[in-house]
Amino acid sequence: MSIEGKMTNPRPILQFLSNQTIEKIITEARDILCKLGVEVHNEEILSMLHDHGAKVDRAKRRVLLTTEVIDKALKSTPCSFKLYDVLGNETNDFSGYNVHFTPGSAALNILDAKTQDIRKPVTKDYIDYAKIVSQLKNIASQSTAFIPADVHEKISDSYRLYLSLLYCEKPVVTGAFTVDAFDIMKELQIVVRGDEHQLASKPLAIFSCCPTSPLKWSEVTSQNVVDCARFSIPVEFISMPLSGFMAPVTLVGTLVQHTAETISGIVISQLTRPGTPVLYGGSPAVFDVRYETTPMGAIGTQMIDCAHNEIGKYLGIPTQAYISLSDAKMLDAQAGLESSMGATLAALAGINNVSGPGMLDFESCQSLEKLVLDNEICGMVLRLVKGIEPKEDFPALPRFEELLKEQHLLISEHTQKYLKAELYFPGRVIDRANRARWQEEGGLTLLRRAQQEVESLVENYKPTRLSDTAKVELTRLMSREARRCGMPSLPETTV
Amino acid sequence: MDLLRRISEALQTGSIEKVATLTKQAIEEKVVPRDILDKGLIAGMSVIGDRYKKHEIFLPEVLLAAKAMYAGMDILKPMFLKDEMPTLGRVVIGTVQGDIHDIGKNLVGIMLRGAGFRVIDLGKDVPPERFIEVAKKENAEVIGMSALLTTTMPAMKKVIELVKKEGLNGKVKTIIGGAPVSAEYAQHIGADAYAYDSINAVDCIRGLVQKP
Ligand code: B12
Repeated sequence: MSIEGKMTNPRPILQFLSNQTIEKIITEARDILCKLGVEVHNEEILSMLHDHGAKVDRAKRRVLLTTEVIDKALKSTPCSFKLYDVLGNETNDFSGYNVHFTPGSAALNILDAKTQDIRKPVTKDYIDYAKIVSQLKNIASQSTAFIPADVHEKISDSYRLYLSLLYCEKPVVTGAFTVDAFDIMKELQIVVRGDEHQLASKPLAIFSCCPTSPLKWSEVTSQNVVDCARFSIPVEFISMPLSGFMAPVTLVGTLVQHTAETISGIVISQLTRPGTPVLYGGSPAVFDVRYETTPMGAIGTQMIDCAHNEIGKYLGIPTQAYISLSDAKMLDAQAGLESSMGATLAALAGINNVSGPGMLDFESCQSLEKLVLDNEICGMVLRLVKGIEPKEDFPALPRFEELLKEQHLLISEHTQKYLKAELYFPGRVIDRANRARWQEEGGLTLLRRAQQEVESLVENYKPTRLSDTAKVELTRLMSREARRCGMPSLPETTV
Repeated sequence: MDLLRRISEALQTGSIEKVATLTKQAIEEKVVPRDILDKGLIAGMSVIGDRYKKHEIFLPEVLLAAKAMYAGMDILKPMFLKDEMPTLGRVVIGTVQGDIHDIGKNLVGIMLRGAGFRVIDLGKDVPPERFIEVAKKENAEVIGMSALLTTTMPAMKKVIELVKKEGLNGKVKTIIGGAPVSAEYAQHIGADAYAYDSINAVDCIRGLVQKP
């Protein structure tokens, strides 16, 4: 009986919803889309939906979808897709229960390394960030994690994509803040890939696009969905119902709303171009009626995330969620507990693209120190979901004979073969020293260890292998864009 | 007076009908309308505000109380000259141009109304000129701006520059809010105040309109 080499035990999977509940939620969501409809502030999309048989009230910008339209859209949505780094190598396979982590994106602030106080980030911070993400093994893609404040606001969304492509090989999770920004953000990607077709066949970036709860699409975000579809650029839908405030207080009620909003996005994208890759994503949150905040580390928020992922899976669409992050203000115990709880649940639920590492304070603050800690959390949970499986463990007798004879298994062949695959060894940020050694090595707090790790990663960075011609072209395009906004030159960068 | 205390208490429990009935009763009993407003309705809301701050009650209870307050105000309105409710002040609020985040701004609006301000809500994605135009037309004492994006914060500065340019400086006070901004940013762009949540907004705006 040989059961070696293959996964013989189940992958640990977390499940909240029965198929029956999922079907009911989807039915109710579809009903809402057909009877109450969705408000779309975009003439072009209203016309498109009208042409496909949806009932459009132009004055109110309200569209009643039909079951046919919804079915058609769901049918053409790909059940998986992949991302490729700037060199064209596959990095992310969004399918099944595969889990990939990406840093929380679009923070307003950065937690300063020295003062541990917030400030607006600048170009240098972004470059440091990209250098660090390049080397974090458990973070599959980079995200455009924050907005450098030393460039004109009109280019701040495209500029971070530019820096990302210049300094890090990993694919990018990003998004535009305006309709106009899409164009340059697409052009930058084309420079890396060569042309439109190659970009379509090897996606480099995912755009986050948000419906507005309840049941509405703004002009900007809906146009981003359409523009992405035209170039077959993957989109992740980030519906953000707030339980008890802009959504029902119950988790199921929130899920109904999330499902309706996400399906409405899928309809817009799939009618524009059937087969456009999308992630069934979201950043729902329970609303804290004491503080008027949207806690991302709340257990309720994390449960909704895992459950919306189950609905996405049921519909056969790869999934995303904003879940492994914290609302703490600094790298403290709350930051660790909320992030690791989220990351663990996300991985067990099999959320395909998990957004959050590095993020604090309701998605508003990135911390490089937290990012390197979170990389360890991600490593642990990625190990977790590999589960437990026999590795030449049966028959057990010979191994124990060896142990009794040698008195230890440290240099056993079996140990040498499986040590690193079986046991996860975290980096230096996680303290595993005995007290005396820890003390001798400076008695460093987590924050100090994380700061040292950040410094050493920045120092050890090696430039990306993207061709120099591409880098020059990226800079040319970005500088031209900057000049259009009245910035004579871009901030100093040294590649 | 007992009746006014009862109005205030009914309001605090969010009893919409009871507030309406008691307000009618007070009018019939010829209580001075201004007293019904100040010592009944607004007094009740002020207790609610304090209890909310202390986490003794949560947002839904505050909104229920506010709703009860509006019910009372509707009945009281015809008692005032030209149907004009006395207010603590007129506040024009909106989310600045390019920004569609309006949840926080809406909450601030609700709380301000509940506290007895007249609120003119311009919605979201509001061009700078519109703030000025409406503030002038409505004789507003305060302009409140919300921004949630790094990219839209600078629009606040434009509004403040326009306030100065139009000679409204001093007459119209400005207050800002939203996740990317701060008290330092307010100072930096010359706004008169910054508030971090709806209850704080009410306190700050009260301070702004207080005549010295
Ligand atoms: C909910 C939300 C949305 C919802 C908004 C729904 C709506 N109707 O408003 C949706 C999903 C539509 C959305 C869309 C987008 N969002 Co958004 N969003 C958020 C989120 C998670 C919470 C905001 C919120 O409602 N909080 C709850 C309320 C009650 O709090 P508040 O807004 O802070 O308001 C309180 C105080 O600030 C204060 N206050 C607020 N306004 C005012 C005004 C005055 C006068 C005063 C006195 C006080 C005051 O009192 C309020 C009450 O307590 C924030 C994260 C965050 N940390 O803020 C991101 C966030 C602001 N969004 C972000 C982004 C990127 C976007 C998009 C661009 C994404 C996209 N590519 O599609 C679009 C915006 C498009 C556009 N042009 O505007 C980023 C900002 C990035 C940046 N650096 O600028 C954030 C930080 C999240 C992130 N990291 O990605 N978003």
